[in-house]
Formats: sequence, structure tokens, C-alpha cells
Amino acid sequence: MDDITKEFLVESYENLDRMERDLVTLEKDPHSKETLGSIFRTIHTLKGSSGFLAFAQMEAVAHVGENLLSKLRDAVLTVNPEITSALLATVDAVRFMLGQIEKTGQPGEKDFSDLVNLLARLNEAKNPAPEAPPVTAAAPAPAPVIAPSTIEAPVSPPPAPDPAPAPAEPSEARNSAVSDSTIRVDVGLLDKLMNLVGELVLARNQVLQFTTQSADSTFLATSQRLNLITTELQENVMKTRMQPIGNVWSKLPRVVRDLAATCGKQVRLELEGKETELDKTIIEAIKDPLTHIVRNSIDHGIEQPEVRLQRGKPPEGCLRMRAYHEGGQVNIEISDDGNGVDCERVKAKALQRGLITAELAARMNDHETLNLIFMPGFSTAEKVTNVSGRGVGMDVVKTNIEKIGGTVDLQSQPGEGTTLKIKIPLTLAIIPALIVTSGGDRFAIPQVSLLELVRLEGEQAGQQIEFIHSAPVYRLRGQLLPLVYLNQELKLDAGRASGPLDGTAAGLRPEGLSRGKDGSPTGGQDARPTLLSDAVSIVVLQADGHPFGLVVDQINDTEEIVVKPLGKQLKGLASFAGATIMGDGRVALILDVLGLAQGASVVAEVRDRTLLENAAQARKKTDTRQALLLFDAGQGSRMAIPLSMVARLEEFPASSVEHSGAQEVVQYRGQILPLIRVSKYVLAVNATAKEDNQQPMQVVVYSEQGRSVGLVVGRINDIVQETITVKRHASGHGLFGSVVIQDKVTDLLDVQAVIREADPTFYAGKSVVQIAA
Amino acid sequence: MTDNKQFATFFLNGMFFGVEVLKVQEVIRYQEMTRVPLAPAMIRGLINLRGQIITAIDLRRRLEMPPRAESQLPMNVVVRTDDGAVSLLVDEIGDVVEIEEDTYERLPETLTGVARELIRGVYKLKERLLLILDTELTVSLPGGFSRAQSKGT
Repeated sequence: MDDITKEFLVESYENLDRMERDLVTLEKDPHSKETLGSIFRTIHTLKGSSGFLAFAQMEAVAHVGENLLSKLRDAVLTVNPEITSALLATVDAVRFMLGQIEKTGQPGEKDFSDLVNLLARLNEAKNPAPEAPPVTAAAPAPAPVIAPSTIEAPVSPPPAPDPAPAPAEPSEARNSAVSDSTIRVDVGLLDKLMNLVGELVLARNQVLQFTTQSADSTFLATSQRLNLITTELQENVMKTRMQPIGNVWSKLPRVVRDLAATCGKQVRLELEGKETELDKTIIEAIKDPLTHIVRNSIDHGIEQPEVRLQRGKPPEGCLRMRAYHEGGQVNIEISDDGNGVDCERVKAKALQRGLITAELAARMNDHETLNLIFMPGFSTAEKVTNVSGRGVGMDVVKTNIEKIGGTVDLQSQPGEGTTLKIKIPLTLAIIPALIVTSGGDRFAIPQVSLLELVRLEGEQAGQQIEFIHSAPVYRLRGQLLPLVYLNQELKLDAGRASGPLDGTAAGLRPEGLSRGKDGSPTGGQDARPTLLSDAVSIVVLQADGHPFGLVVDQINDTEEIVVKPLGKQLKGLASFAGATIMGDGRVALILDVLGLAQGASVVAEVRDRTLLENAAQARKKTDTRQALLLFDAGQGSRMAIPLSMVARLEEFPASSVEHSGAQEVVQYRGQILPLIRVSKYVLAVNATAKEDNQQPMQVVVYSEQGRSVGLVVGRINDIVQETITVKRHASGHGLFGSVVIQDKVTDLLDVQAVIREADPTFYAGKSVVQIAA
Repeated sequence: MTDNKQFATFFLNGMFFGVEVLKVQEVIRYQEMTRVPLAPAMIRGLINLRGQIITAIDLRRRLEMPPRAESQLPMNVVVRTDDGAVSLLVDEIGDVVEIEEDTYERLPETLTGVARELIRGVYKLKERLLLILDTELTVSLPGGFSRAQSKGT
């Protein structure tokens, strides 16, 4: 393909995107001369250049489109949905032909005469009454009657195509003014620049290491300057790869319009934060998930206009997308004011599809239920439509977002709407990572999968790691955490030393493992060397929702690393996501947490798991009992909450209680922790006065979304593993119901209800009590 | 293969090998490497070549030859391939030689195994034989490996 054609393609795609946007805008504001002018110029340019390159069919389609538009511009016709649809179809047709040209060099043989006829007919439609004022928007009705006579229209294109050249010239003038300040750059070139800058950063780091040994002031000053310039260069080169998220969003108005029309709904799309910038690769990666979410919102979320009116909402539904930067990440919120997600229906569907069991369904809270939506094979659509309902979708959305290191969270108020929150990193090229050492080698673990770090020291170490037959586990706050030894998983023994010079590194390695693949002479016999050492470092990771502990020899540091791909010889290794160059110039491998977890069978083969396996997994889940924290709320009432809701147990001296307004608070880890006295809410007694002020308070710390609250209880009794079967439902305020645990009646505390009552703002996400440490 | 051709040569287990000089990006001394756990044994590790991460393949292992003596440091012949640069670890570097086409001969039928797949042909030089290595085939590791374990990515 020659350069001219290539340029034509790039330009035309851009023009089409703009035209599509403009058309949707025009439909809302039919009298905007400016928008109409822009559309007209675009199609005129397209017609001109396709004629120049002898793509006759494309020229013909553009030509009839232009004719119709000129009528619109001259106010002979007014925009109506039919015309908009026809013009959008024109955009699609041209785009199809561009695609063909890209593939084959020719626009292809596809027949667009239907479209051409339609356009011509619409164009003719008003001709009998050319004087008709623009008020006639609602009168495309006579068109079908005229239809027979217009079949020959494409052959003899209707008159009045010739005001065209005149407006085109100013447009070109304007275009060139814009293009003077920007140039097109090949993405490959930007990637190369990025690589070179990465290399420069490395060289800079090495130079900086010398400054500590040097007293030469000129050298110090120069290296300081080098340092600053490099940092600035790096930032700016990163910026060249950034694109506003508006580039992806520009497609959405059309999607929303078409879909709303198909579903017979009225939807208004509000976009906020279009200018929020993201790395190009990420923009590409979120394109499909976003479109999918929008389709879902319109199809499932927003109700039919009549239903909305009945519910006292405006007939037009609102779909709002908001993007903003926060803490080095980009947040995208997609919210609709529609139906919300009906938890009961979700459960019923999941049951029906065999994704969960009845017992599990009964135990699930709202948040867990909502997350069922992300399971493969899930769909609540009553019937399969071409819009949705095939049960592939949200799980793919989730997988795709997670693949680029992002997270998805769904919140829903039945009857009021749904909000989907996506958090994604700014760039994939540079990510924060934890550097660990195992078997003498360094590995980088992407921070996104990291939950926490645990270090067991001395005596503790040996005792706290227990074995279920051959599988080592650790009790992390009462939950069994499967442990994976990185050196075993990667078969790190001295046998595969990277070279004869590597003697030093080999010496550093702990005793080798017996699983040496190539029977290396240095491989030892002890299977679990780390157990014998003084300390055990556990990196708690999350893979596809399953936490597991990765045992490493040493936890080093967190660093921003530049991700580089592995060569094709190593692409097959699921345990590694890539490699990076460390500050000392050596290469370190980046662990693929999911791949590693799969290798260690922590999670099933996630990517090709089937419904059946899933159901089996869900069943397995129901078999496990739940860990419960038992406590006295005061007045001898036994209560329990699931241990999974407990972030920590703390003891505060009564004297540490301070007041913030009427709220009791304590200072806790650099933050202010509001206290809620469980007895006050559940037993309706004001326990504060009665309690012995000398006794330290027992506090259960509960955290959600980075905010914490302390539940003050009378006494913490025990942690038990129990299968909960609610014997009696909600016996009181803030309780789920009663169960029998250890032969005694125990109330299950509804933590969220209590918190909501004590602090209505806690779940609203308003930061009332939190102070940044 | 009609014209005279230039080959970059190197030694491997006492044998004289050559690759087309245009395929060679550079030749560098032994570099420190980061080993890759779970990778096939012929992959010796990753090296940092001016910010690019390059896979190093031990040609001795690739050609199923006995391992190099511990004391002997291999050299890196960095070759360009369809999939970026790859380093081939060899024993010793030879000269760039120009070969007359009429000294070319096909491999004898008695040569079997991996060597037969990777060696394209042989040139009869005065003192010794020059074995021509197919770089693309050399850097494509024997089948199955990448496909068998690629589920994760």
C-alpha cells in the first residue's frame, strides 16, 4: 500500500469518528449550523479524496450522503431520526470500505445500493415541497410512497451538489492551522524513545552511584544536572504516549444512541473528565470492556420510559461516565439511574445456572451477590437478544481489566441505579513492584496483586506453618492461607546457575532443593530449607480472588520497574509476566501471580475453566465452615461476626478515648478511628456510663474501602469454625438472627447495619473521619 | 547461494561454525546473566544489552554437545531474528570469512539428529570444514515447549 493511501486511511478514520460524534450531537440539536457545517465538510473531504484515489464506490456513497447533507444545511430538510440513521449507516459503509482497502487495497465488491437508494429517497423526500420550512421534521412519512420513483436516483444524482466547494476551502484553512502545531508520529518510534529513555535512566543511576565516592565538585554538579534532565525527559516521553480517555469515549454516543433506539429507551449520556490521560496501550485495552459495560447498563439497567414515569423518575435515563486521576491511578465510574441490580434475582439466576448452591446463596451478603455478575456464564437477561443475555460479558470485562492490572467494583441500590467503578494504572510500561529474593535470584512482584507481607520470626516460624498432609498452610487471622514456596515452585536450585562466574550467587543460595530438574550436583536433599531458617517471609498475594502466601527468602524493597517483554523462547512460561532491568543493570524476572498460582494449583486453570468446574468450586466453598469471632456484647449476650469481616483486634486503654463532636474516637495508626459501642446499638443500653473505666476496651476493627471503624465489645471470647444455620431470624435490632454455637445461643451481628446506623456517612464514601497519615 | 558470501565464524566444541554476517548484530564478551527458572536447559539466561533484554541460548546445549569446561567463559554472538535479538553462546570467536560458492556441499546422509535440522550445509575450506547454522531455526526452540505451557498467557 502506498503512502498516500495509508495517509488517506488514517485521515478518513479520524474524519469518520468525528462525523459520527457530530451526527449524534446534531440529532439532539438539529439547528446547530456549526455541527452541520462540520459534518458537511467532513463528508466533502471524504468524497474528494476517495474520488482522487479512484475509489469510485466510496465516492458514490459519500456523494449521495453529501447531497442529503446539503439539503439539511440549506434547511430544505430538517434532521430526524431516520435521516440520522441513514447518515450513520453511511459512516458505517465508508468505514467498511476503508477496512477493505486496508486489507486488500480495494474497497471491495459489497453492494451498497440499498443505502444509496435510501439516501437518495430521503433526499428526494422533501423535493416536492422545497419551500417547506424546517418545521417538517416529523414528516418522513410520505417517503415510502415516493420510493418507486427514486430507484433510479443514484444513476442520475440529484441536482444541487454544487454549493460544496465553497465551504470546503475555509475548512481546509482551519485544518492546516491546527495541523501546524501537531505532527503525526509513529507509535513504534515512541516506543523506541521510551526504551532509550529507560536505558538513559539506568545509565544515570549508575553515574549517581559514583557521586557518593567522588569529591570532584564539577562532577557532582554535572551529575546532578544529568539527574534532573533525565527525570524530566522521562516524564515528557511518557507524556507523548498519553492519550485522553475522550478518544475511547468518542465512540460511545453512537453506541448509546443506537442501543437506546433498539431497546426503545431514552438515554442521555453524560461524560465527565474526557481529558483524563492514559497510556495508549491501556486506552486500547479498556475500549471493549467500556463498550460492554455501557451496553449492559442500557439493556439491563435503564428502564423503559413508561416504567420510569411510574417510578417517579424522568422518562429519560441518565448514563454517566466519569474519569479522574487518583493516587497514580485512573478511576472510571460508570453509573446509571436505572433499575439497579436485584440481588434476589441474581441469586436465583446463579442457582438456576448451577453457579452456586442454595446453601451458599442463603449465606451471601449483597456485595458477594453482586460479584456473582462477574462469574463466567452468568446472565440475568430473560431472553437472549442481540444486545445481551448470552452469559458472556461481565466476566470478560473483569478479566480484561484485571489483565492490565486494574480492578472492578460494582455497587447497586435496587431501584435507584448501579455504579461500576474501574481502577486502572496510568501506564503499563512502568509499574510499582515488590522486589523479593528467592534462591539467590531477585524477582519483581507487581504491586497490584499484593495484599500484605507477613514475617514469622524465630520460634514462631516453625510452629506457625502447619501441614495438611503435604500442603503447607499458615493461619492468617484465623483463615487458612495456602503457602507456596517460590524456590520450589520455580525449581530454583544451584544447578541452573547462569554461568561459571556465578559462584558468588550460588554461594548465597540456601541449601538446594531435591527437585532439581537436571540432577545438578549441588542440589541438596532438604525439601524445605526455609522452614529451618530463623525467619520466614510470606508475601500474601491474590490471584483471581484467591489469597495465597508466597514464601520467599527475603523481601527487599518496592521499586518502580520498567516492564519489558520476554523473547518468544520464553513466552510459554506462565510464571513470568516479563523482565525488568534493576538499578545495578542486571535483569530480574517479573512474576505473573496468576500464572504462578495456577502452576501451584492455588487456583484452577482460570482461563479455560468451565461452568462445571466453577460449580464444583462453588460447592467446595459451601462445604467449608465459616470462621466466627465470638464475643460478649455486654450484659452476657453472646454474639458472633464472621472473622473475614475483622481487620484486627485491638485493645485500647479507656483513657485513650477522645471525642470528636459526639463521636467517641481513638487515635489509631496515624488515623482517627471512630468507635461504635455495639451494646448501645444492639441492646439499646448506653453502656458507657456503666463500664468500668479502668478496664481496657476490646475493639474489633472493621475496614471497608480504606476506612475503618472500631466496634467496642465487652469481651472477646473465641474464634470458632462453624457452619452457620440460622435458627431464628432477626431477633433484634442490628442482628441477622440467632445460631447455636458451642451449644449456646449466639446472635449474629449485622455489622454493616450497625455501622450504617451509627455513622450514615460511612458507606457514602465521604471522608468524614479519615485524615491522611 | 550463487554469490560469494561472508560469514561470521565461531568455534563450538572444536568445530568451526558460521552464520551469515548480515544476521549478526554484534559480538560481545561474556555477560552476567539472570537465569530463567523452569525454562529449557539450553536457555542460559537473560542479559541486559544496553537496556534491551535478550535471551541467551547456549549453542552447545542446543546442538546437544557436551557442556563447556567450567573455566571457559562463553562469548555472545548476538543475532537478529524475526523476534528481536537473541544471543548465541559460543566457545570462541573466529574471523569473518568470505566463501566461494563452489566449495559448498550438502550434508552427508549419515548426519542425523538436531544437528541435521540446524546445519544448512558445509563449505570445504582449506584447513577445515565450515558448518553453516540456520539462525532462525536455532532460536526457535524444539516444538511443544512454548505451546504446552502457554495457557497462562
